[in-house]
Amino acid sequence: MEEIKNPVMDIIAEANRSATSGIDAKDIKDWITISIMGRAYKVPADLTILAAMEYAGYKFVRGVGCRQGFCGACATVFRKKGEYKLQTGMACGTRAEDGMHLAQIPFTPAEKASYDLTKEPYSASVLIKYYPEVARCVSCNTCTKACPQDLEVMDYVQAALRGDFELLATDSFDCIQCGLCALRCPSEIVQYHVAQLGRRLYGYYGLGVPEHLKKRVEEIEKGRYAKALDTVIAFSNDELRKQYVGRDIEPEQ
Amino acid sequence: MAEIKYIGGYPEYMRKIIEKVEKTREKRLGYTPAAMSMKERDEVLKIHPDFAPGGKREILVGPNKGERGSNEVVDLLEAYPLVDAGDIDLSRVDYETKILIIGGGLAGTSAALWANDKGIKPQDILLTNKLRHGDANSIMAEGGTQAADREVDSPDLHFLDTIGGGHFANKPDVVRALVEDAPLVIKWLCELGAIFDREANGDLVEKLAGGISRRRMHSCRDYTGLEEFRVLRDEFRSREISYLEHYPVIELLTDAKRVTGALLWNLETGEYKIVKAQATIIATGGYGRLHIRGFPTTNHYGATFDGVVLAYRVGARLRDIDAVQYHPTGAAYPLQIVGHLLTEKLRGSGAQPVNCDGEAFVYALEPRDVEAASFIRECYVRDKGIVTPTGLRGVWLDTPLIDLKNGRGFIEKEFPGMMRMYTRYEIDMSKDPVLVFPTLHYQNGGIETDPWGKTNIEGLWVAGEVSGGVHGKNRLMGNSTLDCLVFGRRSGIDTAEYVKSGNKKNSAKLTFDHLKIYVQSLKEAGVKPTRRAPILLPDYRGKAALARMIDVF
Repeated sequence: MEEIKNPVMDIIAEANRSATSGIDAKDIKDWITISIMGRAYKVPADLTILAAMEYAGYKFVRGVGCRQGFCGACATVFRKKGEYKLQTGMACGTRAEDGMHLAQIPFTPAEKASYDLTKEPYSASVLIKYYPEVARCVSCNTCTKACPQDLEVMDYVQAALRGDFELLATDSFDCIQCGLCALRCPSEIVQYHVAQLGRRLYGYYGLGVPEHLKKRVEEIEKGRYAKALDTVIAFSNDELRKQYVGRDIEPEQ
Repeated sequence: MAEIKYIGGYPEYMRKIIEKVEKTREKRLGYTPAAMSMKERDEVLKIHPDFAPGGKREILVGPNKGERGSNEVVDLLEAYPLVDAGDIDLSRVDYETKILIIGGGLAGTSAALWANDKGIKPQDILLTNKLRHGDANSIMAEGGTQAADREVDSPDLHFLDTIGGGHFANKPDVVRALVEDAPLVIKWLCELGAIFDREANGDLVEKLAGGISRRRMHSCRDYTGLEEFRVLRDEFRSREISYLEHYPVIELLTDAKRVTGALLWNLETGEYKIVKAQATIIATGGYGRLHIRGFPTTNHYGATFDGVVLAYRVGARLRDIDAVQYHPTGAAYPLQIVGHLLTEKLRGSGAQPVNCDGEAFVYALEPRDVEAASFIRECYVRDKGIVTPTGLRGVWLDTPLIDLKNGRGFIEKEFPGMMRMYTRYEIDMSKDPVLVFPTLHYQNGGIETDPWGKTNIEGLWVAGEVSGGVHGKNRLMGNSTLDCLVFGRRSGIDTAEYVKSGNKKNSAKLTFDHLKIYVQSLKEAGVKPTRRAPILLPDYRGKAALARMIDVF
């Protein structure tokens, strides 16, 4: 049997067509020209670098991930029209501009150290042991300028050297590990790996496991909730509904 | 053409509509619209994409034959394999492993770590990734992870919330595993050095969310999934567990009865490899990139339903595959971020949905399906939405309320990711509202399992979004990362026990026998060989470039 179409759904699908199945030139009014790895392409204005490259015909298997600024896969280096400066950003969160020259960075071949947190002391010496080049920081701040998350990268590297784990963790927390800092660093520091180790040390030694959580895990292991769970799991559908509708809701804090 | 004038990221005409929101803001500060009755919920759900007619059809083949699913989903279940069985040489095995894990998000990575904890050597585990290790929806999870670990809370309350949120369709034994293990996996993350938001006394910060009865949402700013995942990946790399990147699995291998390995394909060079495995865990995530019903998505680039397609061909049973989750608050403006996620934690912290007249038209924390449907109704039935310069419609999410309710600077501190996303387009969400519309977010159903992630097919386990049953018809916030952590752990432990106890070992055959049966059933059902799956990646290339493309290599 043929189903009735829903006009609202069709309208929504049509309005989102560009975002879901590739852009059709006839929908576009404003155009710009960008240079992708040295070749000029006319692309719609107001797209991210990622979407502009796709419009030009690139199907990504590298240099793409979450497409929303969380995964750090689409590091891109670019130069704006009339400028000499090389800039960096994420292709998914940077607007393509007329006259922009760009290339994507598919991979950062930086080495990550192997370690066991529980066997290390809570001290800056751990960071220097695994990443000795961190001591070579010349405070040039190039890392900070390269960071697409606008983190104070140099500050957290200095915090690492001082063993200030709390500041290191706080300042580096929003790091998406795209690798741009390390690629630009004249001292060959792999800032994002240093920060990862530092954050884990802070989490493990500085924060630890909270008491209420330890207590609850112990209670569960001792079977404190087994009976209550046996009961709810055996409820009929009607009884479940009754319990669900009747449960009290804790107010906001 | 006249240049559009932008003020604070919005064109002038939208700015005028924002003035109406500003006018009513103070009045709305102390006002919350009443939550809907069950009857009102049923009424508004008629316009939800899951229930609006025209989106689903019957599945013609396989274990769930006769059940209904979204057209885009059924298209892939009723698709032919990428390779002809006869073209593949199965006699040379490239990798022999005890445990094969397909997909390296939170679930797959957890599985590897726990299997290793249970005595499986790092070199006897192989984690394969379609893209990079961590290109997953997990890393994009913003709001939090649920666990009942406060004195006023308990796992049985978490159970009730989860089952009620899932419209009582959940599989009870897996929900029990979810809620009972929740505190344990949070503790595990703390022991690995993950940094959750803390109170001044060191306790975990715990928040409310849609449909939950106790504050039990654990977050890491609005980068919860990122923090959880990068800690696990760091531990995984430190233990030197084997992994492959840009190597999707394009078919499973069986000895007719059980899964014995997989066919890998190098995404860049095109070469294939054969893996032989004693146990296989599928942790490939969801299907947002299928753009069901033409919706944009919050999902990562590789969320294309691969795992279900592969498992279905070997006979794995699915459940609740008809239930799609649309997150109410996807970005609707600006163009560059359409469909991107605005965490539910925003509404949990006081942001209110508001229409073009500045009215708060719905309770902010209805279950996700109800909330999403009410936005669609406001825009397309009541015509109270706001139209963007590119013709999309949306409603306001009045984010400045958050700072008014919690104190200045709260948004900046708690939502750095959200702030950053809008600042790139000159919008300050602590001062101006943002425009939202539902976006395709989550695969509620999937492959059915027992409480240890084991499927009905011997040798095959699944974990995370690819599985079905734990969320019923509708997942609650904070239960997806939890699902990955709990069932990643459980499948890792269970596969470790299986390979340690087993005498199946490596005499197993590697065949495509299951594919022959599946292809035969497709032919018998009259399915034309026009569609192939898994599709691996979506295609966003411009139409003009595609129209003149010559496929040489």
